[in-house]
Amino acid sequence: MGMDKKLPIGEKASGGEKRFPGRTAKADRKKRGLQRLKNQLPLHFMLIPGILTLIVFHLVPLIGLRIAFQKFVPVKGFFGDQKWVGWGNFRLFFSMPNFVNIFRNTVVIALGKIIFGMVVAVVVSLLLNEIRAMKFRKTVQTIIYAPYFLSWVVFGGILVTILSPSEGIINQMIRALGFEPVFFLGNARVFPATLIATDTWKNFGMSTIVYLATLTGIDPGLYEAASIDGANRWKQVIHISLPAMAPIIMLTGILNIGSILNAGFDQVLVLYNSQVMSTGDIIDTFVYRMGLKEMQYGLSTAVGLFKSVLSTILMTTAYYLSYKFSDYRVW
Amino acid sequence: MVKKRTISGIIFDVFNYCLLTALALICILPMVHILAISLSDNAAASAGNIGLLPVNFTTAAYEWVMAKKEFWAAFLVSLKRLALGIPYHLIMTILVAYPLSYPASRLRGRSIYVGLLIFTMLFGGGLIPTYMLYKELHLLDTLWVLVVPNAVSAGNIMLMMNFFRNLPRELEESARIDGAGHLQILLRVILPVSLPSIATITLYVTVAHWNDYFSGMIFMNSAENYPLQTYVYNLVNQASSLTTNLNLGVGESWKLLAKVSDKTVRSAQIFITALPMLAIYPFLQKYYIKGIVVGSVKG
Repeated sequence: MGMDKKLPIGEKASGGEKRFPGRTAKADRKKRGLQRLKNQLPLHFMLIPGILTLIVFHLVPLIGLRIAFQKFVPVKGFFGDQKWVGWGNFRLFFSMPNFVNIFRNTVVIALGKIIFGMVVAVVVSLLLNEIRAMKFRKTVQTIIYAPYFLSWVVFGGILVTILSPSEGIINQMIRALGFEPVFFLGNARVFPATLIATDTWKNFGMSTIVYLATLTGIDPGLYEAASIDGANRWKQVIHISLPAMAPIIMLTGILNIGSILNAGFDQVLVLYNSQVMSTGDIIDTFVYRMGLKEMQYGLSTAVGLFKSVLSTILMTTAYYLSYKFSDYRVW
Repeated sequence: MVKKRTISGIIFDVFNYCLLTALALICILPMVHILAISLSDNAAASAGNIGLLPVNFTTAAYEWVMAKKEFWAAFLVSLKRLALGIPYHLIMTILVAYPLSYPASRLRGRSIYVGLLIFTMLFGGGLIPTYMLYKELHLLDTLWVLVVPNAVSAGNIMLMMNFFRNLPRELEESARIDGAGHLQILLRVILPVSLPSIATITLYVTVAHWNDYFSGMIFMNSAENYPLQTYVYNLVNQASSLTTNLNLGVGESWKLLAKVSDKTVRSAQIFITALPMLAIYPFLQKYYIKGIVVGSVKG
């Protein structure tokens, strides 16, 4: 509400020079304030449907978070007489052998995706930027965006087909080269790498967009001057392109780290299976399985809440840092 | 601009063209491979010797899919979802983004609205509370559950708001002098010049709605309400899908069954499911790119 108090001051400043000070100033201001409110009213009306949606579908479910502190029996219903267990569900989760595993998996997979994904995207952007034939460049760009537009279900279905150890085309190639076939989706030691690689495969094209936008924004004169000074293209990349990209790389990095507890639910849910639980199970899949499969509503909600709180702290920190360092501000 | 071409530079160029061509192939060949499997016959598909071209070309798998009721029912659900979801999402986004494009001095309580938006973006009730609420509201198994709750998305609103902000203020001022109200200004002045940004949001929403499988999976109890992606999810996670209802007589079904396998039929359905987005994105990518650049570089 702080801003609301500030308003009249700003108003006074703009209309400050009153011809007859004191006489009607107060009434005048009140009248104009009312007028302004009347002017604004349609804007507030416009916001009603959106705000109602947020309240009903995003705030009201927060009431349901109390399930995290209950031994929830579904048949008794949401408003039924449920037994309160305090921090019991949280303690149960922390004492589970899965707890450490799930956390480690989530962070390892997410971090792997962030690092590998960003490196590939930056390198590909730099390579694309070196291409002078615009038609070739545009074609490559269009094609590498393609996997992004596939759903994880479709892309996952394709992966299951091509990564199959017996008939999959990838393993046939591996065998043709004289190596043992790799069970990409069934070997717990390989599975996290499979997740990281396939996520990068699907998304690197789209991630180049931001970096390419930065690269095309660099003054061509810089490159010309450098080449007159005898800098070859490699040196130009090191001394001009990369420094120019540094802020945006840092910004995307910080924002990505903020969502490090999201290891890619849609992807993992499609690709994981009982053989890779030890390395492939992440917080989100655990919450889903506990909640909707095992009907452990209390435990599931508690784990979800735990993640939500941590995530909010991380993201707020990330936004704060990016605001501080890059002046990143969208609102 | 004359570039001095050195030997190492030429070698790099050749290498670069090859590498990028390879990357592009890696992105497109899986789809070609799936298409090839879907157009091959049963025996070739099980033998697993199909590369990029069909072996023993047959359209049997597509005939099978054509006759499969569940597939087209799910396809229809997805189409309905788009028909309802896109306009609904657009209206909500515009109605929130337009007022918020005004500075706090011209919209009292703006920070409260923005705060609510950011808070709901960051923190939520999670799976179970959300599920239980939708159940209480009798939204499960309706098309609305796929459309209404997520119609207010902070990301899209932020984009739209920034588009509005970048419009010249004179547009609005001159309309105001002519005595137009907010709604009139929005409808008659702002929206007609915002078509590119509306196209951007439309594309985002289309892709999101078409590709989402999870909400269909948890909020739809009966399979006949599944959107296409949820249907395909079950397909991918199922051992066999061939023993399902076909719109054909028994004799015809058996004839087809001899020529198809789970693999060919599954590939055909995956291909058809992917096709709509793959068909539209090359023509609309510039809108997509514009949104990404505005959304991330804005600062």
